[in-house]
Amino acid sequence: MIKVALIGAGKMGISHLAILGAHPEVEVVGVADTTKMVTEVLSKYTNFQCFSDYNKMIEEERPDAVVVAVPTKYHASLVEKLLNEGIHVFVEKPFCLSVNDGIALTKIATEKNLVNQVGYHNKFIGTFLEAKRLIDQGAIGEILHFSGDMNGPVVIKQKQNNWRSKPEEGGGCLMDYAAHLIDLINYLVAPIANVQGAILKSFYSGAVEDSVFSLLETENHISGVINVNWSDETFRKMSTEVTIIGTQGKIIVDATELKVYFKNEINDNTNSYKNYTRGWNIKHINDFSEEVDFYLRGEEYSAQMDHFIKAVQQRVPNHINNFESAAQTDYVIDLIRNFNN
Amino acid sequence: MKRILFGDNQFFGVNHVSDEKSRAQAIRFKEDTAILNTLDKAIESGVTTFMCTTHDRIAPLCDAIRQNPEKYDGFTMYPCLPYAHKYANAVTELGIVGTLKHYVPGNFFASIFKGGFAFVSKDYISMMELMIDAEMKMFAGINTPVIFLQNVITDLLLGLGMKDFFRAYHSYIKHKYNAEPGYITMNMPKLLDFLESAGIENPIICSSINIDGFRMSGGKDLYEHTLRNRNLRAIAMQVLSGGATPPQKAIEYICSLPGIESILFGASSKANIQETVSLIRHYDKQFQFSEL
Repeated sequence: MIKVALIGAGKMGISHLAILGAHPEVEVVGVADTTKMVTEVLSKYTNFQCFSDYNKMIEEERPDAVVVAVPTKYHASLVEKLLNEGIHVFVEKPFCLSVNDGIALTKIATEKNLVNQVGYHNKFIGTFLEAKRLIDQGAIGEILHFSGDMNGPVVIKQKQNNWRSKPEEGGGCLMDYAAHLIDLINYLVAPIANVQGAILKSFYSGAVEDSVFSLLETENHISGVINVNWSDETFRKMSTEVTIIGTQGKIIVDATELKVYFKNEINDNTNSYKNYTRGWNIKHINDFSEEVDFYLRGEEYSAQMDHFIKAVQQRVPNHINNFESAAQTDYVIDLIRNFNN
Repeated sequence: MKRILFGDNQFFGVNHVSDEKSRAQAIRFKEDTAILNTLDKAIESGVTTFMCTTHDRIAPLCDAIRQNPEKYDGFTMYPCLPYAHKYANAVTELGIVGTLKHYVPGNFFASIFKGGFAFVSKDYISMMELMIDAEMKMFAGINTPVIFLQNVITDLLLGLGMKDFFRAYHSYIKHKYNAEPGYITMNMPKLLDFLESAGIENPIICSSINIDGFRMSGGKDLYEHTLRNRNLRAIAMQVLSGGATPPQKAIEYICSLPGIESILFGASSKANIQETVSLIRHYDKQFQFSEL
């Protein structure tokens, strides 16, 4: 059994807690949160041991691993402390407010040989994984251009006053929302290295942007564009779609559907493209989603936590969503923000 | 419960395998009359139970049903509480405490805060009861013999191990609404174990059951084993795995399974409704005869 503790029982924290609670190889040794009502409800109605002070929890319970789901501005100092205690860390996205903090944490985690993972759950969604597989095998030839769209109904009217509306605390559509898309493009296409244009526009929030429009270029000079708007109520929930254009075809992928167009009949010597033919190929999430032991809101949330636990058990390498890749995403966020300024 | 239940996902742009189809559905069912027309087509096909979330748009449908008692004679609704996205969006905006303050009716919450935390005994169970009442308001005067807890909430409470909430929900629905409590889940075998350990016997559980094993946490074999050997009143949903499998094959599989009391499906067109209904009737007959 891996002893896991949670710091931060807000929306994501509670969801992680339920997944950890149902995980057969996890013993949840503590939950820390500063909201009294939350710890009170959990103490009264669950078997989790609750703490208002996470230091006390760490000291008393000595967890092997900690899941951190506190507002972004606390990530860097908290994660550093945990790593120095020799604890494996899963932290929610976005990683850090400052790129340098993220790089420093990556260094500590590597030196101490601790498992480190950030909650970019798209990399555990079957359709995106299949798109990645096709791209890496050169199925659509050389990549020419990408475009990413992300929309959802997070802020649809003028109000809201919490940390998400404060730029200095990691609020705003760029850090809190577009981060997912940037991270996904870094993964699917190649790390983004240049920003050639950026508009960060506020529709309702005032202090922070509600949308991000940007022209980008990867380190291997693939051009692309992202359109992100978290104030679009025509979307029922977060929707992320990436289009990738290659010399031999095109991929349009979101969390539920993969559409692949091949210009020519595929020369499949390795038998790795079975079921794909010339022209359009439409696949759905149920063609790829791997069964999970416990489901809450999507296979990807259980799958990412399971991956973290397996990495702690040294059963899988720690290469998906590690601090290094998340720091790379922070770096692109910084580039976009600086261009806009 | 009737053998066939009609669902509401298609009306609100909920599609688990295609965002594009979701959009098309949201456009198609923009007007309430479009929803009512489709409901009428389901009724014409002999499906008289509508299982629906407490989405805002259900309220005008309830009005229409109350206004036409003769037309909807024998029609029943199975509400599914709560419409989780409403609360999820609110938590993002207001935080957990802020959301409860916003949604718990009356000044119940204000009284909790009065005098500081330490001195007031908080009763979160009665807070839940008030929230159930708020969600159930729109169904006043409509026959709702089964009332479900939505899967996000069921599975969250399951993961957190909150037995008392399940017990409280169960007894409140029975006593206050004189209805059967039901549970929607993506983790049927696990939930059944948990409910039994909470003293809830032979529960109504609605879960994904399909030939592809889609959204059947713990695996298709475990589900089949549970259906065969355990005590529950099972409802199968997502029987078509979101349209991935040919309907004949999908329905044949469901009808062949023992222990499934009802089948829940949603469709937009008259042709699709009729096709699914007649497939279920056809395979039900076949498997009944083969059992004899």
